[in-house]
Amino acid sequence: MTQGLDPAAPADPFDPGAEAAAATSAILASTLRGTARGVVVDSPPGAGKSTLVVRAARELAASGEQLMIVAQTNAQVDDLADRLATADPELPVGRLHGTDSPPDPVLDRHAQVAKSTSVADLRDRAVVIATAAKWAYVKDVEPWRHAIVDEAYQMRSDALLQVAGLFERALFVGDPGQLDPFSVVGAEQWAGLSWDPSASAVVTLLAHNPGLPQHRLPVSWRLPASAAPLVSRAFYPYTPFRSGTGHGDRRLAFGVPGDGSGPDRVLDEAAESGWGLLELPARHTPRTDPEAVRAVAAVVRRLLDRGGVTYSERGPQPAPLTADRIAVGTAHRDQAAAVRTALAAAGVPAGPGGVAVDTANRLQGREFDVTVVLHPLSGRPDATAFHLETGRLCVLTSRHRHACIVVCRAGVPELLDEHPSSEPVRLGVTVKFPDGWEANHAVLAHLAEHRVPWRP
Amino acid sequence: MSLMNVLARAEAVAAGRAVPAATVRHRRIAERPLVLVPLTTAGEAGAPLGAMVGTDRAEPTLLVVPQPLDRELRFAFFAGLAAAVLPVVDAYADEVETEPATKNREEVEVCADAPQIVVPNSAALDYVRLLGRSTRYLRTVEDPDAPHPVPVPVPLLGRWLTHYAERARTPGSSLLVAMTELLTRHWATGQSAMEDQHLGALLGWIDPPDGLDGGSAAARAQTGRGPDGLLLSPPAGPATDPVFDNRVLAPALERYDAARSAGATGPMRVAEADVRRLVASQLRPTWDDVWHGVDLLRALPEGAHVEERWKRDRWSFTGHRDRLRAGEPPQPRRDDAVTAAQKLAGRETAQARLYAQEALDDPLVMAARRLAGEAFTGTVLSVEMTWSEGRRPMPRPLLTLTTPDLPQADPATRAYRALPGAKSAQTAEVVSLTPAPGVPAQRGAGGAPAEGPSAAGGGPAAADVPPAAGPAPAAEPQSGPLWQVVVRLTGGMGTGKTPREGSVPEPGDRVTFTLFAHDQRGGPALPEAEATPWTHGGPPQARETAVPEAPDTATAEDFL
Amino acid sequence: MSTTHHTLRERLAALRGPGTAPRPLDARALAALAANPGCRRRALMDAAGVDKGAVAEALGAPARFGQSRFAFSRGHAFEARVKADGCAELLRLLGAEGARAQVPDLAAAGPEGRTARTRLALAEAPRGGWTLLDHPLLAVEVAGSTVFLEPDAVAVAPDGSWTVVEIKSFPILDGAADAMKVGAAARQAAVYVLALDAVEAGRARSAILLVCPKDFSNLPTAESVDVRKQLAVTRRQLARLTRIEEIAAALPEAVTFDPAAPRPELTAAVDAVPAAYAPECLSSCELAFHCRARAREADAVDALGRALRSDLGDLTTLASVRAASCSTAPTADPAVAALRRAAALRAEALAAATGGPA
Ligand code: SF4
Repeated sequence: MTQGLDPAAPADPFDPGAEAAAATSAILASTLRGTARGVVVDSPPGAGKSTLVVRAARELAASGEQLMIVAQTNAQVDDLADRLATADPELPVGRLHGTDSPPDPVLDRHAQVAKSTSVADLRDRAVVIATAAKWAYVKDVEPWRHAIVDEAYQMRSDALLQVAGLFERALFVGDPGQLDPFSVVGAEQWAGLSWDPSASAVVTLLAHNPGLPQHRLPVSWRLPASAAPLVSRAFYPYTPFRSGTGHGDRRLAFGVPGDGSGPDRVLDEAAESGWGLLELPARHTPRTDPEAVRAVAAVVRRLLDRGGVTYSERGPQPAPLTADRIAVGTAHRDQAAAVRTALAAAGVPAGPGGVAVDTANRLQGREFDVTVVLHPLSGRPDATAFHLETGRLCVLTSRHRHACIVVCRAGVPELLDEHPSSEPVRLGVTVKFPDGWEANHAVLAHLAEHRVPWRP
Repeated sequence: MSLMNVLARAEAVAAGRAVPAATVRHRRIAERPLVLVPLTTAGEAGAPLGAMVGTDRAEPTLLVVPQPLDRELRFAFFAGLAAAVLPVVDAYADEVETEPATKNREEVEVCADAPQIVVPNSAALDYVRLLGRSTRYLRTVEDPDAPHPVPVPVPLLGRWLTHYAERARTPGSSLLVAMTELLTRHWATGQSAMEDQHLGALLGWIDPPDGLDGGSAAARAQTGRGPDGLLLSPPAGPATDPVFDNRVLAPALERYDAARSAGATGPMRVAEADVRRLVASQLRPTWDDVWHGVDLLRALPEGAHVEERWKRDRWSFTGHRDRLRAGEPPQPRRDDAVTAAQKLAGRETAQARLYAQEALDDPLVMAARRLAGEAFTGTVLSVEMTWSEGRRPMPRPLLTLTTPDLPQADPATRAYRALPGAKSAQTAEVVSLTPAPGVPAQRGAGGAPAEGPSAAGGGPAAADVPPAAGPAPAAEPQSGPLWQVVVRLTGGMGTGKTPREGSVPEPGDRVTFTLFAHDQRGGPALPEAEATPWTHGGPPQARETAVPEAPDTATAEDFL
Repeated sequence: MSTTHHTLRERLAALRGPGTAPRPLDARALAALAANPGCRRRALMDAAGVDKGAVAEALGAPARFGQSRFAFSRGHAFEARVKADGCAELLRLLGAEGARAQVPDLAAAGPEGRTARTRLALAEAPRGGWTLLDHPLLAVEVAGSTVFLEPDAVAVAPDGSWTVVEIKSFPILDGAADAMKVGAAARQAAVYVLALDAVEAGRARSAILLVCPKDFSNLPTAESVDVRKQLAVTRRQLARLTRIEEIAAALPEAVTFDPAAPRPELTAAVDAVPAAYAPECLSSCELAFHCRARAREADAVDALGRALRSDLGDLTTLASVRAASCSTAPTADPAVAALRRAAALRAEALAAATGGPA
């Protein structure tokens, strides 16, 4: 299988629609007609993973196969069930759920979605969907012919061990660049073992089945032309992807001209180039750096006040940039809480329907027009593995359709340079590449070209 | 590192000695622990130099390998260690209690107590694991083809040490413990966590000798050398001080080798006695230090949940005893997929359990949880009775509390409260979290302490966390804003329409809620090893046909 | 500045002390630069070839390093075994069991000669067969001077690629090894890969071969270790060594690290270069006891561990931490507020424990 993996830069003129369609049909061919027990699909940010899952599910169901879908969180399961039922209102879908985690009431609008805590009630459904945690309780049933495992890179190997007996073949879909699964207790003793229970499910799967067909989706429909090259280079060096849109296709504009303040200038820079770095003076601060938090809130406030509008390939009319199209991303929960408080003080609605303010972990898989990021290393006296994790920065810098504005204290490149590198190396563990330290350097070097010093 | 710990270390520096990091003891200290202090030869994996071992602090058993590179001498050491350890283990194996049958299993027996092994530090703990690994596959005299047979108990020792070392990876277990880890759990010193790994220095901070402060006592332990150039407080092992190796041990080993190859029994005995004396000189200070640590820990009252966790250790001990009795083969070199997943799941559950239990047992740990926003203690302002909808309305009282803690909780986050006398925690759900009205007026006026007295006189339900003693000056003075939290109680109130007596706090009561559960349910069962799926390499060799792990290859010259 | 008429090399020689031979940097030292890259004191002294151990001794704070001769002899014996019989074992580990390899003689006069010999041997290695270079000598330019590096071995494969071979005497036990030691070996090997890149870019593989004893035996076994990450870090750290010039320029002309200098003078010289002490220094730098004493005198939080700083913002001394914890004035600094809260909670809990129910 080479069509999905060919790293050669696509020859220009690049036709994103055709490239993506070719990749999709190859994936569907592998899944529907292939002989391998598993098919792996790498999907960079915004490459249409959910669309692929819905399409594969419908085609498998149409061919008369019963299908189970495994996702990682209840929100993901509800979202997929909703998409599936919306795309195909006739399709009998079963939503299997835990006793203390009832499904989202949103599913009530679909007549064909049955909900139950017991798989026996849903066995007649063409598609049954649940979290990996819930599937793990399903025992002693006839295995499904087919499964789709969504967000497979965020699934732990031991979770796959629990559910893999339920299906004969599976399509594994996920984004390798996002946050890795982790364990709260040490798992070093299994490092290097192909079935290390704390590793990602895909790592284990491929270690045992190296011949499985691997595909990738080559086009990000979310990331604009200004962002795809950087994100691809910094986080996906061996599996590059391109933006589905060209440089002129997306535009962010403001009704109110800038007043020359830091936030306004960084907004103008971001509207112009897709990136902005609002740089506060160097200083060591605790995580909830009040100045940085206020700067984040000020940027969001001005985004709304200046009457932002977005132009995109979706239609000729500009769309107003409303609060629900904006996200603020942080590394820690207390930072998110501090930003919410600051936004409330600035009169900006946060939460459902308003600006989404959350940690990288919780923003995974979501999409916005503009994101404002409090840089994980801003103001820190030391860098830690947590703050350097590649996936964290990747999530934060790849949620946007138009522009990403990073708020950060000066001095992070020096902090990275002075970071002692004395990491342990475990034999037999595939090195996750790129490494967070390098990816951070790459992103900062790019942001430096879009720097605006903070002037309150 | 948590701010609580930073503060404690800063206080320790100012005080010149360690300060408490716990107010109760969170691990079991057995009545008669087996202390084991091993030493190894630099550069050689699994070539022990000697050990002190025993349950009587006045009379340790000294084991010394006069030439660590000699296989026969090393095997004699293993035999000696087996003779010192196995009788202790055996003494616990037959004293059993009966566990009554439950819904899921029949009546079973569990050992009434289990032997505890205490080593000086984490490196020594890892060395116990290595000793287990190096001895459990050795071929014994019962095996006619064995080129270098060992006495029968040696592989058995290996299997017990392996089991203990594996159990030590379970958070909160006490079967095999490292003294440095025990001490750093209970005290914060004025040095770094890395320097705390030195048992002598750590004890210097916790209990400095007369006339010295913690810092100087630690410095003396780390670098003080006698006139002979040797460290006053030799490293607690398993590695030795290179100066000791080069200056005194190497010449002594050479004398031993020379006498042995000359076949001179007299000089050989003298040389051997020399090596023994030298090795003992490096072991004895650590031996005494470990017992000193045992004394310090014993002085702390045991936490309420320690007994429950120790019982799990007893189960673990009993389980291994049964596997040995059933004639199962030694533990494999590496875990199969299902075993690895099972162990990880078990340890994650144990970690969550320990996390909750330590907080419930120890106000100082709960304080750290409160600081981190994972628990909150507050005073009940009002209670509004509401009921659930549905055919059988259940009580769902709404509690409004004020608290100086800022819980990291979104609405609908679950919360738990320990109910006195109840088996499981009371469940609740956070409804809202807002700045308390009128905070400025309360702040500085000591809003929270003003509620202290009423809490002290509160009903029995208020006894979650003992209130600050009346005049405690630092208890919540102007330490920041107050928050108003509304929680809805959702359980623990009985089955009737009216809540059970005492299950709903009253205005004025001081209550603590945690955002972490107090009990842990195990997860779903994993597949049998024979049902390992294709994603994980399929079933390992079927048990009946599987060959037991082969012994390590024996090479002619053994060591280099 | 007055240093403009000096070359950097002259300036560094002056820092070292007149007549003191430079202590040559080796791969281990270069790799160790990454252990505390924030420390200017170490960067300057290493670049100048100062014998830090001697300086520590002269300062009255000798290092505690030292190698046991048991470990030393074991290391040598093991390497000899790996290379016995025309490197037969090594070839097996390289996946060429039974093959024969050319093992060219690399002896030559002086390091320059040996480096030239190594280059020649690399260039002449015939395609299609194995060539093993036993202790070749490589050279890299670091901060204006040449550093000679001696890997345990470099293998030239039939396809012409070069593989760095690192021979260590810690065991690979059941497929796993001490991860800290493997990490150190990987960083050291990355320096060799860089040096090979200087001979001809792209020929050296970024996966090195780590050879260790297997289990409890003296039989060699090997694992391939991907050092791309270590390469990236080392490359950047070496490039950063150019700031040596700035660091040196910031010092008064008369400063010298000559261990023979009077102690007060030497102390002043050492302390004139900013350091970045952390407890990790204790295991990686000869000056650690001196720097630790200085950090403690300065009451630095760092002396208790880098991680302690993370929530403290710009509070850098323990006294300021304690003061913040019992301060009462209104504050906008979250670190101060959190410390106060921590102190209050701690006091409350300790009071509860002592005054609470028995
Ligand atoms: S011990 Fe001193 S000179 Fe060495 S790295 Fe640490 S701070 Fe720098």
